[in-house]
Amino acid sequence: MKQQIPAATPQKPVEQPKEEVKSKEAKPVAEKITAGHIHLSGCTGCEVAIADNYAGLLTLLDRYVDWVYDLTLADVRHVPKMDVAMVEGSVCIQDKLSVEEIKETREKAKIVVALGGCACYGNITRFARGGQTNQPQHESFLPIGDIIKVDVYIPGCAPTPQMIRNVCVMAYLLLKGNPDQQALAKKYLTPLMQLAERGTEACGCDLMIEVVNQGLCMGCGSCAAACPVRAITHEYGKPNVNREMCIKCGACYAQCPRSFFNFDVINEYQGILDAITGALQ
Amino acid sequence: MGNELGKYTNCVSARSTDKEILKKAQDGGIVTQLFAFALDAGIIDGAIVAGPGDEPWRPRPIVATTREELLAARGTRYNISPNVSLIKEATRSYGLDKVGIVGTPCQMQAIRKGQLYPVGLRDVPDKIALAIGIFCMENFPYQSIVQLVEDHAGQKLESVKKMEIGKGKFWVYTERGAVVQLPLKVTHKYEQPGCHVCLDYVANLADVSTGSVGSPDGWSTVFVRSKSGEDVWSKAIAAGCFETKPIDQVKPGLELVTKLANEKISKNQKTVEERMKFGVGKGLRNPYIKP
Ligand code: SF4
Ligand code: SF4
Ligand code: SF4
Repeated sequence: MKQQIPAATPQKPVEQPKEEVKSKEAKPVAEKITAGHIHLSGCTGCEVAIADNYAGLLTLLDRYVDWVYDLTLADVRHVPKMDVAMVEGSVCIQDKLSVEEIKETREKAKIVVALGGCACYGNITRFARGGQTNQPQHESFLPIGDIIKVDVYIPGCAPTPQMIRNVCVMAYLLLKGNPDQQALAKKYLTPLMQLAERGTEACGCDLMIEVVNQGLCMGCGSCAAACPVRAITHEYGKPNVNREMCIKCGACYAQCPRSFFNFDVINEYQGILDAITGALQ
Repeated sequence: MGNELGKYTNCVSARSTDKEILKKAQDGGIVTQLFAFALDAGIIDGAIVAGPGDEPWRPRPIVATTREELLAARGTRYNISPNVSLIKEATRSYGLDKVGIVGTPCQMQAIRKGQLYPVGLRDVPDKIALAIGIFCMENFPYQSIVQLVEDHAGQKLESVKKMEIGKGKFWVYTERGAVVQLPLKVTHKYEQPGCHVCLDYVANLADVSTGSVGSPDGWSTVFVRSKSGEDVWSKAIAAGCFETKPIDQVKPGLELVTKLANEKISKNQKTVEERMKFGVGKGLRNPYIKP
């Protein structure tokens, strides 16, 4: 059964030229979604990962997204209203500004995405205990989900450019697409929303607790491939996590096909990947 | 059911035309031949395969970039080789831009999930050039193979020439010509538990999938599934890599493949459902519903 994969370009008729090729170029700005990057206690690796989409990022900004807030790139001082807020970093609860900013983000954004391990799970900042110049009292860092409700998780350290790209395209389809595109985007984003609901703690141990202990591991090796610090090896086909090395980024569990596997989306991988890359050509 | 064999554009019975490849191949030498051709033709830069490990019959995933390395990985070992563990490494340390990978249906699922949700697989999604899936009813941990061969079959693992699951039995062939068969009733309890929730028999998400079931001895059944699968398969045929027969002209043919696929999927579907009411008012996790 071949499911029709909706093309990633908006269906609303564009005023002037009729030819399909041209109408792509002439997208009115009003069709774009607005998004921004909120920088809390993170290393800027997540932001670099956004930028590592290179030409794809330019196309994204050209056609689909107005980037309205970004300390590094946009000259805007306060978090404005936006459709999608991508939050990098955890929240230092001793830093009043950070706490205010994350609350403000929740108020201003329709969709809050926790971008990267620190925002989702605390990641390396879980091990922080203060003592750094010039704010040695800044010692408690929380994943943003402990302060506000988060809609979508993109775990990993750093998150990958391709994952960010996919989520951006899907967020666009969700907000501006036709009903078929919206349905696809919803299906695609569902497990990432479920990860957000699942909580703010992650560790290589999740592979043991949620996969091996649950009788679900089949030894594919995805977890080891996903780990940014090579904390995972396979011993006789099962993951073995070096817990001293684990930075708690959450990539291994999210990557594991036995954490979530949504047939309705993944069976259509070919059409969806074509649509995503096509949208960014 | 209806879609137990997944999407495919072409299905044939085939075997390699290369004598050297066939010599130690499990069946028709499809995987080794197709990778060797793809390597030659520049369709892949290398392939992740189950190479020889530290102990007899223990596979270890390797990135093969030569025909020799591919040849060393011939044959089925019936225990886990976490091939996907090298998927990022292959594009990094090995610097491959076009990666081949062979694996079980669940590993093909892992690859496709990894392309759509590349949480920790930076730059991997666009570099999967050829994913070959192997039909799979179940798999075993290495220690189960030790148990079966050394305890039940009474053979030293070092002396085993070939293992095979077919015709309702687990077969062990030794270098000195002994043949031991174990009924599958004996092997079942040693299976990897994670296999019991597996809902794919013929690697529906591979570019090309293959296995012995459905074809005569020495031949393999081949499903060509995706655009890249079609591309490499048609080029390999044009290059004379394979002899083929239409699948409807061989015995036992697709009917048997369909039957086994249905059996596996309905049995495991039932297990998935039973797991959800495993305890008293409590169940085990179902990855098909949520993380
Ligand atoms: S990714 Fe694969 S090997 Fe790792 S825990 Fe999950 S099923 Fe097991
Ligand atoms: S084991 Fe590796 S991938 Fe998993 S949470 Fe720890 S650092 Fe992240
Ligand atoms: S039965 Fe399924 S889970 Fe088990 S190894 Fe085969 S494909 Fe993987």
